[in-house]
Amino acid sequence: MTTSPDLAAPPDSGGLPNLRPSSPRYGEKIIFGILAGSAVISVATTVAIVLSLIMPSLDFFRDVSIVEFLTGTEWSAGFQDAQYGVLALLSGTIQVVFYSLLVSIPVGLGVAIYLNEYAPDWVRRAVTPVLEILAGVPTVAIGLWALYALTPIVADLLPFLEWGTYSIGVAGLAVGLMSVPIVSSVSQDALRAVPDSLRQGAFALGSTKREVSIKIAVPAAFSGIVASIILAASRAVGETMIVLMAGGGRPQFTFDPTEPVLAMTSFIGQTATGDIAAGTTTYDTIFAVGLLLFTITLILNMLAIRMVRRFREVYE
Amino acid sequence: MKSPNLAASGAAAATERGLLSNGRGKTVGTLFASLLFFGLSVAMLGLAWLLVWSFLRAQGRLSWDLFTNPPSTLDIESAGFRPAILGTLMVMAFVFVVIVPLGVGAAIYLEEYADRNRWYNRFIELNIQNLAGVPAVVFGILGLAFIARGPFGLGFIPLTASLTLALLVLPTVILATREAIRAVPDSIRQGSLALGATKWQTISRQVLPVSIPGITTGVILAVSRAIGEAAPLLLVGATTFVVFDPELFNSGYTVLPVQIYQYATRAQPEFHDLAAAGVVIMLIVLLTMNGFAIWLRNHFDKKRVG
Repeated sequence: MTTSPDLAAPPDSGGLPNLRPSSPRYGEKIIFGILAGSAVISVATTVAIVLSLIMPSLDFFRDVSIVEFLTGTEWSAGFQDAQYGVLALLSGTIQVVFYSLLVSIPVGLGVAIYLNEYAPDWVRRAVTPVLEILAGVPTVAIGLWALYALTPIVADLLPFLEWGTYSIGVAGLAVGLMSVPIVSSVSQDALRAVPDSLRQGAFALGSTKREVSIKIAVPAAFSGIVASIILAASRAVGETMIVLMAGGGRPQFTFDPTEPVLAMTSFIGQTATGDIAAGTTTYDTIFAVGLLLFTITLILNMLAIRMVRRFREVYE
Repeated sequence: MKSPNLAASGAAAATERGLLSNGRGKTVGTLFASLLFFGLSVAMLGLAWLLVWSFLRAQGRLSWDLFTNPPSTLDIESAGFRPAILGTLMVMAFVFVVIVPLGVGAAIYLEEYADRNRWYNRFIELNIQNLAGVPAVVFGILGLAFIARGPFGLGFIPLTASLTLALLVLPTVILATREAIRAVPDSIRQGSLALGATKWQTISRQVLPVSIPGITTGVILAVSRAIGEAAPLLLVGATTFVVFDPELFNSGYTVLPVQIYQYATRAQPEFHDLAAAGVVIMLIVLLTMNGFAIWLRNHFDKKRVG
């Protein structure tokens, strides 16, 4: 307990009043224990996640070699003579990340720079809640819209490509719309942390607003902006419903955005929806793919946390 | 008479160049500003399109029957969301019961008790930050392996869904509560302690009452996130086709977003209209909740500044 120093009696209490508590205060200690316990729950959650991923994955890797899992490009879990090459699923995930960033980086950064450097106060106050609403739209709603509204329009706009009902590219674009608020809010925090004196100095030297934005504000907030992009990528890796609904369910190693491709998350969602007996290899694949998913997002999140910390250290 | 001429042309050239480059700079500047504004418009129009499309698609299906009728695969006309809506209400009630004490407790510990110089306290903080970034579907795996089966072994019941979602949104509550507690000025704590209150008396009678608006905002945002979450529940049994009302400890339940997903994957377009109707119900609930949370936060932020 951090309070003990101020409550402890001074070594030489000659003349000073007794500062010790009048009773042992067991109630306070019990409450401290309960509060510390609820904080520890989060650590226990992480431990439980890691355990629940690793235990069945060990079973899985007893049947399938790790090398085959990580380097194979063919995926046919649940079939006879099943192949477990996770690169097929990874190609779906990589495409989702790529096409989502294609939307969320320019749009999210545009929103952040506009709101922080250009917009009058009333626009900022009007737009910020709208972005929060966008961040709160459930992903099933976005998935439904992506499948039945966005896909036909993308097919009309790019008629020289062959678009089916499901395509991993459109799913990626929809994930991009979902992650705009992540890029814009984290970038905006970083831009806001840049001291105004830097901007005023540049203006005094005759810079235009655009030069101040591009050459002063953005470079000064660079680590925060990178963090926002990494966070958006991590969200895109982990997004399930949009990819499951609009991205299609065919596991294939391809980088063609018009194809239906099963991604890591949509594989987990699709397999879990079906009835699969516990203990079979197909059941264990959920955990092996989940472990890879968890590892990738963990690395991305740690990177982002470090980046955010860096700009906080510089300016706050 | 040569030199003044030269001076004049020099001045003219300088002015011209200055004006020209200024003109070009202005064009580029305007172009850049419009590009930024275009980005903002894409985000706003994307959201507007999504909302309007869902509403238009659902239009023919919006009626109170959605709340009273169970789902059906044969009679599309009368199919509704009754068990799914009841399931969502039941699951959310227990999410709320779990996240309020645990989230607020953890936040109080981290803000009021934890010594940041200790490695384990910094570890807990880092851990919560990381947990906030773990994909929802991974929490579904946790729910499947740890709560439905494994050590807890509760089975595929609504309570399992509640616990899974509670763990998923707990970081949201903790982060919001910490911010609310941090905003309470230290002078209030010192005044209370100086009058002889114990640490817990200070927290429970001075700090917490002041931070209630912030905590409420966090809890509302967390519950509204849990309402819209479908992915983790696919793994803990919410995909069963149910026509009857759910019970907390009985398997066979579903929730609104999962029911929407299932209608959306059916072949007949009539089911897609029905899915859109479900989206409209969910959006109305969520927009109301989020709007209230945002209003609450802005209202009390203003008060604090003023």
